[in-house]
This record gives sequence, C-alpha cells and structure tokens, in this order.
Amino acid sequence: MAIQASLSTDCDELIIAIDGRFDFSSHQDFRSSYESLKVRPARYRVDLEGTTYLDSSALGMLLLLRDHAGGSSARIEIVNCNPEVRKILNISNFEQLFEIT
Amino acid sequence: MDSQQPLRILIADDTDSDRLILESIVRREGHVPVSVADGRQAVEAFLEQRPDLVLMDALMPVMDGFEAAELIKARAGDELVPIIFLTSLSDTESLVRCLEAGGDDFISKPYNRVILQAKIKAFMRMRDMHRVVQQQRDQISLHNRQLLQEQEVAKKVFDNIAHTGCLDAPNVKYRLSPLAIFNGDVIVAAIRPSGSMMVLLGDFTGHGLPAAVGAMPLANCFYGMVKKGFAMVDILREINQKLKQTLPLGVFCCATMVELNFNSHRARIWNGGLPDCVLYRQRDGSLQPFRSSHLPLGILDDSAFKDDCLHVDMALGDKIYLWSDGIIEARNKSGEMFGEERLLEIFREANDGEAIFHRILDAVDTYCGGERNDDLSLIELTMTEQASVVSPREEPREHRYSGLQEWALSLRLEPSTLRLFDPLPLLLSILVEVPGLSSYSGRLYTLLAELYTNALEHGVLQLDSSLKGTSAGFAEYYRQRQQRLAELAAGHVDIRLRHKLLGNGGELTIIVEDSGPGFDYLQLRPLCPGADQFSGRGLGLIRQLSHAVEYRGNGSEVEVVFQWDAND
Repeated sequence: MAIQASLSTDCDELIIAIDGRFDFSSHQDFRSSYESLKVRPARYRVDLEGTTYLDSSALGMLLLLRDHAGGSSARIEIVNCNPEVRKILNISNFEQLFEIT
Repeated sequence: MDSQQPLRILIADDTDSDRLILESIVRREGHVPVSVADGRQAVEAFLEQRPDLVLMDALMPVMDGFEAAELIKARAGDELVPIIFLTSLSDTESLVRCLEAGGDDFISKPYNRVILQAKIKAFMRMRDMHRVVQQQRDQISLHNRQLLQEQEVAKKVFDNIAHTGCLDAPNVKYRLSPLAIFNGDVIVAAIRPSGSMMVLLGDFTGHGLPAAVGAMPLANCFYGMVKKGFAMVDILREINQKLKQTLPLGVFCCATMVELNFNSHRARIWNGGLPDCVLYRQRDGSLQPFRSSHLPLGILDDSAFKDDCLHVDMALGDKIYLWSDGIIEARNKSGEMFGEERLLEIFREANDGEAIFHRILDAVDTYCGGERNDDLSLIELTMTEQASVVSPREEPREHRYSGLQEWALSLRLEPSTLRLFDPLPLLLSILVEVPGLSSYSGRLYTLLAELYTNALEHGVLQLDSSLKGTSAGFAEYYRQRQQRLAELAAGHVDIRLRHKLLGNGGELTIIVEDSGPGFDYLQLRPLCPGADQFSGRGLGLIRQLSHAVEYRGNGSEVEVVFQWDAND
C-alpha cells in the first residue's frame, strides 16, 4: 500500500508515510489513515521520504488533516521532503500552516 | 439472459441424420431447435427467428457455412450470436477458415454429445456476459453524453461571467485551454474606473466539477469589485473570504493577481501559491521573478489573510508573465517534465520581447511531441500607455462608478440616541459604499471618531479635557462622562457629510457641529501634530489624516476635508 500509518508506542504521535505519487488517488487511503483511529494523537508526522510527486489535491488533503487535528492548534510535522516536493510546499507557502523540516 | 431459459438454436446441416442427432441433443438440453439444410436457408432463418446460437455445417450446397457465417455475423450487428462450426474437415487451414469466417468455435464430426452440450453452455455464458458489457457500455456512453452536455452548459455560464472583462485588450496575450474551467484554471481581467488594469490567474485544486465550481464566485467577485473601483487588497480579501466560506475544506485556489497602473507605470503583484511570475525588461532583457509569498486563496480566515503586495516600476514595453504549473509540469513522451529551467532559457535567449509568448507555447508544444497541450495557462501583460488599453465600450466618465458618487447627508443625534448609540459604524458603512473610498476606511474611522468624541464629550457634555492630565483624572473624566450622558436631557450633535468626485478619486467633507458653547479654537492652533495626546482634542491626529481642518463660529462647528485618489 502506498500509504502507511503507524502510531507511536505511547499513542501520542501518528506517523503517516506516503510512498510514490501523493495525489488524488491517495485520497481515500490518506483520510482513513487518521480517521479510522480510535485514539486522538497529540501530534502528527507526515513522512514524505518515499514521495516522488505531490499535487494540489495532496495539499488539499494536508489541509483536511490539519482541520481534523484541530485547525490552527494542530501539531503537524511534514518531514523528509525531496527537493521537488519541498518546492511545491514552498510555492504554496504551506510552512505557514505546517512545520516542514 | 438466464441460462435456465430455453434457447433457440439454429442447426444448419445438409445431412438429414446429422440434423436429427443435433436436434435431439439440443432438445434434451431443454432448448428449441430450428433446422435448415443449407447456408442460404440458415441466413433466412436467422433473420426470421433470431436464434441465440448457431450450429453450422461447413460444407453445404447452395451456400456453404463460411459464407453463411459471414452474412449472419454482418447482420447480427452488436449482438453476439455464437456460431459453432460442425465439420468433418480436420486440416489446420479449414479450421482456421471457420474462425476467420466469423465462427467462434468448431466441433469435429462425429459429435461428442457431452462436448457439444458443454460448448453450448459455455457460449451462453459468454453471450450473457456480452449483454451485460453492452448494457454497461450504453449506460456509460449515455452518461458521458450527459456529462459533456452539462459541461457545455457550465462552460457557457462561465464564459458569460468570465469574458465580460478586458482580456481582448491590446496589451494582453493569453492562452487558456478551451475546457480550462474543468482543469481548474481561470483568467479574469478588468479595468478599474481609475484606468488601471487588474488581472488574476487562478488554479483551483483538483479537476472536473469541483475545480470549476469555485471559478464562479471568484469571477463574480472580481468583476463586481474591479468595476466599482475597489482596491486590489479589498478584492483579494473578498475573494479569499468568499472561497473560504463556500468551498469545501481542501479545495482552494492558487492565484497571482497583478495591477498595472498605466499612468505611473507601476505594477502591484500578489502571488499566493502559483509558480514565480516574472517581469521581463525590454531594455536589457533582464528577468525579475516574483515568488509566491502567500498561502493560496480560500485557506485562511480573513483575520489571518495577508494582503501585502510587491510593487515594481516598469518601463513602456516591459512585460509580466504569469503561468500555472501546467507549463512546468508538461510532460514529454518519456514522462519528463518541461520544468522551470527550460522556460527561463526561452527568456534568456530572446532578443525581442514580442516573440517570447509564442516561443513559450511552441516550445512546450514541441516538447510534448507536437501535441497541443490542453492543461496550460499563460498570460503576458505589457506596460503601455493608458490610452491604448481603455476599451471603447467603457462608460462615460460621469457613470464610471456604480455605488455612491456625489451625495450629501445630514444626521442629527438627539440625547436618547447619544446615550446608547454609536453612530460610527453606520457612517462608515455609508462611506464604504463609495467605490474606492473603502480602502481608506481605517483613516476615515479615526477621523470620524475623533470629531464625534470631541463634539459629544467637550461640546454636548462639556467635559474638561484637562482632567485627563493625570491617571486619576482620567478615571474621573470617564466617570463624569458616564454620569452626564445618563442625565443628558438636551443637546445634539449634527454630522454632515458631502462627497464629490475629484480627479481619479474624490473629496469628502465632514462637518460636525454640537449644541455646546464652543471653545477658543485659536489657542489650539500653535499645537504641533502629535503634541499632548491626552487633551489636544485629537487635533494633531485630525490634521495629519486630513487635508484641511477648519473651526467655525464659536468653535462648536468643525469642517474637515479629506481628499483621496484611486491610484494611491
């Protein structure tokens, strides 16, 4: 599966890793990765190490996650972006909404 | 079709005994045989009786099985009528010929009853499947036709809204895919009453209907507000807020908005989420990129939205280019993207600005293997003289604004109103109905607030502002204010506003008169702006914010003149 979600042992952090293209086809999997959880993690980490491409609907999905995680109080980290992915996030100025490292 | 139902099976065989054997097999399986003795009869029986399956002898008199099979297949059209050849031939060539004539299978004589039964069943399964596929195909093509029709209607509606602007102005070149609305791309352009041109390129998240939906409120907002003379920041804010309110979360619009002022030869640029747009200077061919520094439209609440724009001086002939990611992400046959570098290279190689626009389009088309790329939006805006862009359809100057233009009003506030009502929001809501004036609403609010407070507190209530010199006095001042206001039985404040058009903007005159005894305003004159914030009747501030301040009579009437220019 292109999207893998795992909870940290203390159930505090949900790590969502996306492999390959992060676009509209990942929509269902991405949403269910956090909506199906029974606990509510305090932090989220979106790992884009294996992500080769990210389009605007993926940005929309990140916004949905942010809203789910509490909107402006959400704690979401986006990590391991390759330069192309990083560029798309930069153009959209998503660092104003997410912690991108 | 349910395989339990009896089938009509056509048997074409010139040998009587074979026919009888086949009939009995077919009957025993519960089906209905229709028997003929040659190919011609087989074709006729097929047309009359429309059998579900055909058992066809290959060699028959009058017309052989091959010819009959071809005719039957040709007449069956879309329908699948399996033909099983019955043959004593066993050479490869003959068997191949059976299939080439349109046969679906063959069975060799002498007949093996069990195999024949199994084949009949298998073909009926195939025929059922074929029907389901056909039904689904018909349904899909019906839906597709409906969808295309709906898109056609939606596109018409959108064109009517979006193409009311000035995209045909001589200094604008653009390319937008014919079905761009369903790629989520939108271009709108219009001329402000002051003569400057506003252009917005937007790229909505996703494709199809969801992407198209947002274009409508965007275009509506844009054209409505540009026409009324609203400032760029107001328009951006309004569009952002409208999209935020109406679009589902996760759908937003990456956009670049540009305002070209043809008088001052300046441009104002706001980029939220689109690739860099660039300024090409005709003089030396240099390029200046304008990076996206904002979040796209429709994400942030109005309070968090940032409307700061970049300003840039341009010379005549300088050009600004906007594009959506369609160009950069255009792919060649091996799937590689066109990329920003190739794009910038075109600018570097250009020795004439006029050719750049078409060079970009050609380069992208060539890169994609000569195919027209439909997901591509590009705009070129050239700085030019004002006179060359004003479209002949523009309305005469007296009607350049809709909304309030030249008007006057007078408002008297009596004690019962003074006690409870704050007139400032009401007045401000009237003032922002003047197109162009709304961008000064902050300054106007301060002006009105200072003037009204003076009239109420010092005029009507006769509070002594020197009280406010100490912090204890300050508290006392407000205690007295509350008390006197509660006990107020007589007195009034008159507010008179008058607005007239002036140049590219207008002049607002505010007269505030109170029923109080007035004061010696001549003593206030020497005060320099900003002096004594507590008790200068805010006069320093009023002087700073307005163009003229004049006290009249005994000092209970003050007139303030505020001039504004739409190009500021």
